[in-house]
Amino acid sequence: MLASLLRRLIQAIMVILAMTIIVFVGVSVIGNPVDILINPDASQAEYARVVAHLGLDRPLWQQYLMFLQGIFHGDFGTSFVYNKPALSLIVERLPATLELAMTALLIAIVVGLPLGLYAGLHPERLSSRLIMSGSILGFSLPTFWVGLMFILLFSVQLGWLPSGGRGETASLFGTNWSFLTADGLHHLILPALNLALFKTSLVLRLTRAGVQEVLPQDYIKFARAKGLSENRVIYTHVLKNLMIPVVTITGLEFGSLIAFSVVTESIFAWPGMGKLIIDSINTLDRPVIVAYLMMMVMLFVALNFIIDICYTLLDPRVRLDTKGK
Amino acid sequence: MSQAANKPQETALLPASLPSTSRMVRTGKLAQKFVMSPGAAIGLGVLVLIIFLAVFSPLISPQNPYDLSQLDILDGRLAPGSSSFDGVPYYLGTDAQGRDILSGILYGLRTSLIVGVLSAFAAATIGTSIGLIAAYVGGRVETLLMRLVDLQLSFPTILMALMMLAFLGKGLTNVVIALIIAEWATYARTVRSSALVEREKEYIEAAHCLRLPGYRILFRHLLPNCLAPVIVISTMQVARAIGLEATLSFLGLGASVTEPSLGMLISNGYQYLLSGLYWISFFPGIALLITIVAINLVGDRLRDILNPRSI
Repeated sequence: MLASLLRRLIQAIMVILAMTIIVFVGVSVIGNPVDILINPDASQAEYARVVAHLGLDRPLWQQYLMFLQGIFHGDFGTSFVYNKPALSLIVERLPATLELAMTALLIAIVVGLPLGLYAGLHPERLSSRLIMSGSILGFSLPTFWVGLMFILLFSVQLGWLPSGGRGETASLFGTNWSFLTADGLHHLILPALNLALFKTSLVLRLTRAGVQEVLPQDYIKFARAKGLSENRVIYTHVLKNLMIPVVTITGLEFGSLIAFSVVTESIFAWPGMGKLIIDSINTLDRPVIVAYLMMMVMLFVALNFIIDICYTLLDPRVRLDTKGK
Repeated sequence: MSQAANKPQETALLPASLPSTSRMVRTGKLAQKFVMSPGAAIGLGVLVLIIFLAVFSPLISPQNPYDLSQLDILDGRLAPGSSSFDGVPYYLGTDAQGRDILSGILYGLRTSLIVGVLSAFAAATIGTSIGLIAAYVGGRVETLLMRLVDLQLSFPTILMALMMLAFLGKGLTNVVIALIIAEWATYARTVRSSALVEREKEYIEAAHCLRLPGYRILFRHLLPNCLAPVIVISTMQVARAIGLEATLSFLGLGASVTEPSLGMLISNGYQYLLSGLYWISFFPGIALLITIVAINLVGDRLRDILNPRSI
């Protein structure tokens, strides 16, 4: 167990290293940072000075080591636009994104799990078919367009909910959160619903597939034969067994929620990381782009690592080393 | 299930006509099964209509929305159903520059479909080849390629696409490249797993006994029998690519004003939304939705027929 854990950890570190190479190559080799950093009217001497200052006249591997060194010191350079360290810019906006993603995940589970359970237990009912058709719609609806329609309906036509921003925030653990104030919650509803739409369909379909896989199993028949009440069969035997894939996928999807919040944040002017990265790509703010990408890489590697461990804890049949067969 | 798909000349022991007739029967049965689901039949019908509209958009659309000489700023922001200054009706209204939304949608469908089909096709070609080679060659090559696939699949598509666009810069061509890079891994993994199963079957052994060259076994024997999942994924992938392209264009990273896509049109209307000019964003969004739903309905049914045990 410990050995395989260690191996998994080493793998995770290798992935991070591989991604630093990809990001380095992408940013420094495909694009030329000097063109962006320097005024086009600058003289040749000025140009050479900047190149030397940035270390761009050195061999590539030395540049890469410098890049790596910067990353390990948490130094991604200074944002061209905000004139602040890139990393602190991202970290500042992390809570807003986390808050949004967590709320969306909560909605996805609270709505998706019961509906999926129902559709799986009564596949022939009309309501189940409606739920399943609805979930296809949830997969197909373009998130950004739904966001716009939310604004159109709830903010412009009905005037119930605000169309953007975080609203009032309250401080907890040294950062500001929207969900602690009534006004903040008001602002949170639309973006969270928008972000949750796709994941709700996913959780729903996963749960339904899980139910249909578990129901014909012998232990369910046995539980029924023992004369257990239908509720007990469903809540103890069915639900527990289908939790494993649902938990795994939900965990994995949390990362993708954070990635997809890019879209929702842009629509609802939610001041999180996602909006920052889009602005940075548009203004070619390279240090922020690099910092964001590396943050996301580490986040995903960490998430995968944690899920792997949870997997083994939840289901003793799964051993870490049989993964990736 | 699909050994019959082998080419007749290499299954010389069988009567030459047998494989092709059985294939025809099979295709017929598949088509019958397909149409049994009304949703899928409607989806297919709508999809054919959409493709028709996209292909013939220059002939059908009332206006070329990107020919400036046909635009009149006086016709800007007209509500759906109103007529232009000289009496031409705008069924779905106009945007701020006086472009007919309906024409914009027809032209936009074109761009969106091209991007979707092109990127899905390229990703399928690359991913399938890599998956086949990995399964066939095995050993270190396989481990390396599959590690790469794992690496790729542990990050969400939009993040990969954003990363590529951050490297390459904005633009529609770069979006296509980003979509290909973000999607090939799904194919590689699926094809490898079905190729691993097929590789052990007797017809491959027979081909080996005939000393057929490796590329021939790969592409004439292994590939046709691994194609069913590729078709299913590709269908869904076109829809995903269209959606993703629209998203990226909406974020301002994809199509420019000169290459309209549905996402770009929706993005155009974003700033007018708060003042109640809903139609600039609303109708292109509906067109996008119908396209994606139609493709997904067809893909969903295909998946049910070809592989019943999946979500």
